[in-house]
This record gives sequence, structure tokens and C-alpha cells, in this order.
Amino acid sequence: MALKKDYEDIPGTFVFDADRGREGYQLNQFCISLRLQKNRDAFKAGEHAYLDGYKMTTEQRQAVLDRDWNRMLELGGNIYYTSKLAAYDGINFQQLAGLMTGMGDEAYRAMMVAGGRSPDGNRFQHEWDEGGDA
Amino acid sequence: MARITAGVGCSHVPAIGVAMDQGITDQPYWVPVFDGFEKSRRWMKDQKADVVFLVYNDHCTVFDASCIPTFALGCAPEFAPADEGWGPRPVPVVKNHQVLASHIAQSLILDEFDITIMNEMEVDHGLTVPMSVMFGDKGVNDEWPCLVIPLCVNVVQYPAPTGNRCYQLGKAIRRAIESFDEDLNVVIFGTGGMSHQLQYKRAGLINKEWDTQFLDRLTSDPVALSQTPHVEYLREAGSEGVEMVMWHVMRGALDDDVEEVHRHYHVPASNTAVGHIILENKKDQREPK
Repeated sequence: MALKKDYEDIPGTFVFDADRGREGYQLNQFCISLRLQKNRDAFKAGEHAYLDGYKMTTEQRQAVLDRDWNRMLELGGNIYYTSKLAAYDGINFQQLAGLMTGMGDEAYRAMMVAGGRSPDGNRFQHEWDEGGDA
Repeated sequence: MARITAGVGCSHVPAIGVAMDQGITDQPYWVPVFDGFEKSRRWMKDQKADVVFLVYNDHCTVFDASCIPTFALGCAPEFAPADEGWGPRPVPVVKNHQVLASHIAQSLILDEFDITIMNEMEVDHGLTVPMSVMFGDKGVNDEWPCLVIPLCVNVVQYPAPTGNRCYQLGKAIRRAIESFDEDLNVVIFGTGGMSHQLQYKRAGLINKEWDTQFLDRLTSDPVALSQTPHVEYLREAGSEGVEMVMWHVMRGALDDDVEEVHRHYHVPASNTAVGHIILENKKDQREPK
């Protein structure tokens, strides 16, 4: 019997479950490797050659090269892993959120200072489908 | 005998550690975050804790995706701050009470909690930020004022352990500690949360109302609170808000009746609602030391 995924209708959210963990394994292992300086140096010396060490899909590899942060999540990446690549680029969690939400750094930071994104209208996918992204 | 006298719930936002490490806690953005910990630091000092049992999660720092233990108990002599991608935090190495940790490991497994034993482990901001906010600024050449036993919980890959499992584990940890002969005062920390979502298009979600009921019910209704299903955390408190299951370990290790002696809540620190609570076992129920 299939497991019931009662969390799939949360909008704008990927729940990093075992299926995503399987799909994103090589991508995530690449990302976490960058927490060590010697690997950051090797990646800096040649991104393509370094990426050859990880058996990612073509799409995952391209998302890394493009720094397409949302695409990485769509392809099984997890934010705690992709944040290691962001840190390599000098991007912190809040700046990364500004990129993923498309709001930009300043507007995103202002939203947080004003109390954050309200849960109202952001609990179910149908709320986004009917009302547009909050 | 050893005993648990109090519990601390506390967010472990990495930016809080960065703010302390960079000495910018007096900036207007950070002042309201740190004001709420002033009383906590005095309280912590007054406890004269011998050991902190610290429940936290690793953020894909020490544990990569090749091995994902649900509960990993730190049994090494010490735990160095890890490089999370921008260099290790300049804070002291964490020293373990290794004999007590071994005792807890053995006791838990015989009590049917099949934890993973870590004989080598570094620790990330999930552990060091709560230490910093509760004990104040400490440099690499200083020492933390007490020993620390880390319990690392998987909350990154779904599913995290259930709230009920965490609550029951807290009770088993208490049984383990109370069966240890040395006279030790143990304070237990549950860390992480509160509402926050770091990822994708819904990033920035904050739910003050939900967080407030969570803090309220830690004292008034902990058993029912521990039954909260994962999907409610994910939907109401954000995908990373599920870290709050770790607070149930802390709550389970305390008396049924506790007194809330301090609470702090502030939005935001970076992407996150900062929540903090101190719970003491009702004094009249304590055994004389």
C-alpha cells in the first residue's frame, strides 16, 4: 500500500521525504562536500571537473552550474544542502530566500522584519491556485 | 543520584551565532533578540548545572545523506565546532560527561530506544547557538561552564520522529539519568524552531499564533501537544518548523507539573521566529538534594 503523503498540498514547499532523498542524493552529496575548505578550493579550480565526481542527472548538474536554486529543490535538493553551495557563493540563508521567493533581498528582509509571511492564504495549494501567490 | 531539575526550549538560528561572533548584538535588529536572554543567562548561572543534556539537530553538516540516524547520542570525550561552509564558530570545544553518556546509551537501548552511538562527532550551530545564548560570549580559549551530552535528532529528511516518540524518549532519558549514582544537576535543552520556512516559494512563513499555543501548551497540555501530527507543523509552522518535535524530548524529561519561569518570543532572526522558554519542575515535588 502506498504511503499517504498528506503534505503534498502545501503550496510553495517541498517536503524532503525518502523519495526526494533518493532522487537528490548525488546533488546533495555534492553540496555538502563544499563545507570543507579543500573541496571548496577544488570546486573553485574547476567546477566542471569537480562535478564529474558526482553522478548527478544532466538537469541537476545544469541547475548547479546555473545556480538555479529552485530548480535544485525541484530535482531532489534539500535547502540545508543547497545552502552549502550558496555559502560558497557568499549567499546567506536570508539572501537565498530572497532569490527563491523572487522577492529580492530587500523586499524579503522587509517582509521578515514586518512579521514574516502570514499563514493565511498560504496553507493549501488551492489557495494559491485561486488567489495567486501571496 | 543524578536528576533533571529544569528544561530549556530555545531556537538555534545560525544568524544568532553569527551576530554574537561578529559582536553586533547591540545593533537595533538584534537588541530585541538578545534582550530576551538576559534573564536566562542569570537563571542559567544560578542553576549551577553540572551537565546540560542538549537535544538538537545537525543541519547537513556532520551527517551527510549517506547515513541518517534518527537519534544519535554523543558519547565522545569532546565535540569540536564544525565548519559549516564558512569556517567553524569561534566558541569553545564542548566537553562531555562521557561516563554518564555511556550509562544513558546503555540504559536507553535496554529501555527499547535504539539510539545510535557517536564516538566521534563534531557539532554545528544547532548545538553551539543554544550554548551561546544561555551562557554568553565564550572564545575558543575559554571553557563552557558545564559538561554537555548531545543528542542529535534527524529532522531534515522526512519523517522526523513523531512528537510522541520524542516525548517518550524524554521519559526514558530521565529514567536513565535518575539511575546514575553520581550526584549531578542536569538541565535538559530542547532546541530548534519556532515557525520558519527556509525553502522555495513559501519561504518566510511565520505563525505567531501557532507558536504561542505551542509555548502555552508545553506547560498546560504537554501530552496532547506531543500528539501533533507532522503535517500540522509543516503546514502551520513551515517546513523547517518541524524541528519543534525536539522540544517534546525536553518536556517528556520533566515532571508532569512544571512552572514556566521565563518566556521570550521575537520575530525575526533572519528567516525565523525566535522562541525560548524555561520550565522548572515544581519545587515542592523535587527530592531534597
